[in-house]
Amino acid sequence: MSELTRSSGNPIVDKIRAFARSFGLPRLIIAGFLLLLFIMAPFVGANFFTQLSNTLNRFSWNAVLVLSMVPMIHSGCGLNFGLPLGIIAGLLGGTLAIEVGATGFASFWVAVLFATPFALILGSLYGFLLNKIKGGEMMIATYVGFSSVSLMCMMWLLLPYHSPNMVWGYAGKGLRTTISLEGYYNGALANFLQINIGHLSIPVGTLLFFALLAFGIWAFLHTKTGTAMTAVGSNPNFARAAGINIDKTRLLSVILSTWLGAVGILVYEQGFGFIQLYMAPFNMALPAVSAILIGGATVNKATITNVIIGTFLFQGIVTMTPTVMNSMIHMDMSEVIRVIASNGMIIYALTRKSEVSR
Amino acid sequence: MKEKSFASKLWSLFRNNTVPFMFIVICAICIPISGFSLNYLLAEIITRIARNSFLILSLLIPIMAGMGLNFGMTLGAMAGEIGLILVSDWQIWGIPGMILAMIISIPISVLLGVICGKIMNLARGREMITGYIMNYFINGIYQLIVLYAMGAIIPIVHSSIILPRGYGIRNTVSLLSMRQSLDNLLAIRFGGIKIPVMTFVVVALLCLFIVWFRKTKLGQDMRAVGQDMEVARAAGIDVERTRIISIVMSTVLAGFGMIIYLQNMGNLSTYTAHSQIGMFCIAALLVGGASVDRASIGNVFLGVTLFHLMFIVAPSAGTVLMGDSMIGEYFRVFVSYAVITFALIMYETKKRRTNSLAGRELALAQKEADK
Repeated sequence: MSELTRSSGNPIVDKIRAFARSFGLPRLIIAGFLLLLFIMAPFVGANFFTQLSNTLNRFSWNAVLVLSMVPMIHSGCGLNFGLPLGIIAGLLGGTLAIEVGATGFASFWVAVLFATPFALILGSLYGFLLNKIKGGEMMIATYVGFSSVSLMCMMWLLLPYHSPNMVWGYAGKGLRTTISLEGYYNGALANFLQINIGHLSIPVGTLLFFALLAFGIWAFLHTKTGTAMTAVGSNPNFARAAGINIDKTRLLSVILSTWLGAVGILVYEQGFGFIQLYMAPFNMALPAVSAILIGGATVNKATITNVIIGTFLFQGIVTMTPTVMNSMIHMDMSEVIRVIASNGMIIYALTRKSEVSR
Repeated sequence: MKEKSFASKLWSLFRNNTVPFMFIVICAICIPISGFSLNYLLAEIITRIARNSFLILSLLIPIMAGMGLNFGMTLGAMAGEIGLILVSDWQIWGIPGMILAMIISIPISVLLGVICGKIMNLARGREMITGYIMNYFINGIYQLIVLYAMGAIIPIVHSSIILPRGYGIRNTVSLLSMRQSLDNLLAIRFGGIKIPVMTFVVVALLCLFIVWFRKTKLGQDMRAVGQDMEVARAAGIDVERTRIISIVMSTVLAGFGMIIYLQNMGNLSTYTAHSQIGMFCIAALLVGGASVDRASIGNVFLGVTLFHLMFIVAPSAGTVLMGDSMIGEYFRVFVSYAVITFALIMYETKKRRTNSLAGRELALAQKEADK
């Protein structure tokens, strides 16, 4: 990247170079790739506005899940590979909302309400654990996520759910792998204030909900507690000297992340239209992690802008590659490209030297 | 201190080996419930020890070099699979086929191992999570090669292997003509139980190699690097190179292990065979009482026995207890993950405790010096 740092005498070129450097090369490649896909789309017969709507839709489903990374990164707990734990709290909330018979728009809020205590309990346990093992958070978070998902696999079969819309028809017990949200909170946010112009449809409700949460997190990070959280993440020794209770701050960030994960999966479900149980939460952490990294976050620094840019780029590539690539070379390589790009991004971030050493 | 009572000795034995004891208890409860005959269980266990030990042994060397559990062993498994695909396309079967597949896997494993080792050197202190993500990353490249390049760029001719569209490998590659060719060589039948002598000989040779390797200069260097990187560097050891070599060796051995594993299975699930192998091998090693920074050959064999015993009996015990076979299936998956989680937590807490202890001792020494 030496050519990026060389001065050319031309202020505009310098500015562009400085921008490229701060933006990061991998991010630039991914953004360029997405731009290319958007340009190519009309030539291969895909409608630009349909593609844009798809991307916006997927953005609105996933943005809150990606947002849930922010508090933990801020407090120095690293990338939240334990996202499945938050997702489980959300799934419990969603299934309970259906079980008690809440319907329509209200059932979404009932689900959030039910998910909250689970997120608080699971988040506190998780945060307590992560405080015991400072420095090894990411690996353990991954496996805490995996074990809790497989434990819940047994629980979904054993818990006494009765709603005929959720349990297996012939056995009368045990939840189905996929539960339709038709009549419940399907589109609860997406249909609210939705704008439709021709092929373009914008899920304003979901985007507003995300904006609200994102603003909340932004505002929180600027309060006294939030600043303390950032201090703990960027320099624990300084934070301790300033009299901040490190363990308590980290615990709070983990609880916040877990709760956002729970709300995030409910937002995802209301857009997707189905609750996916059993092994589904298993692989949900990696896309969220790579999305925020693509957006420019590092292992110990993340902003709301990173979340927005990252989710848009990641979901853009997920939606665009299949359509464009398929019609161009008649080969569905999109899945492989997505796997390589997203995991390559995580490896890139892990190999960067973090600004502070523990 | 030497006069420890028997009870306290037993207690410390239990405390240091919580996981194996837990597994003995689980197996002791599940075996009678599952209702399998002892003969059947013995036959199954012997098959599984022969099938898995080589793969698990490949994990020992990076642990020695202080790089933790090598989640990147899957890379070697993929290299082994590429070797097997090519060999079965060339229609070379039996032992020669296996040996040729192993030879093909070596350069691929070495290349992947060097890449993985270099990346792990960049991500020092985060080796395990990096290796774990490397799995996914290289799996993407593996799919790119096997699903798109094979048949299009790399010549594959045999119609039983290639997809009808002309490129890409089918979901399963039959290794029927290679099936158990190593296991059946010199096999002894003992009261209905087949003992694959030759496989055990190969595994024993690897064990001997590891024992010998520990005593070589390179092996000693690795242990020094594992103990303390800075001290090793001061002693003139090329730390980066030693770490890369340990990962390369592990990757190559994992490739061989995967070929032995698959010749026993008799068919290769092209896109899924390697996806869980790392997790199961690591879980088995940990069940045998190993930890992130300490593992012996004994841990491997105890682990593979206990872990697979649980694996065999859990589904049927679950069916008897809960009336649902899925419960047992999920239970064994849960236990595998929980064991890894538990071992990682134990390791991190222990590391922190030693660190803080060392800090306290240092502070005490300074206070003494000040007086």
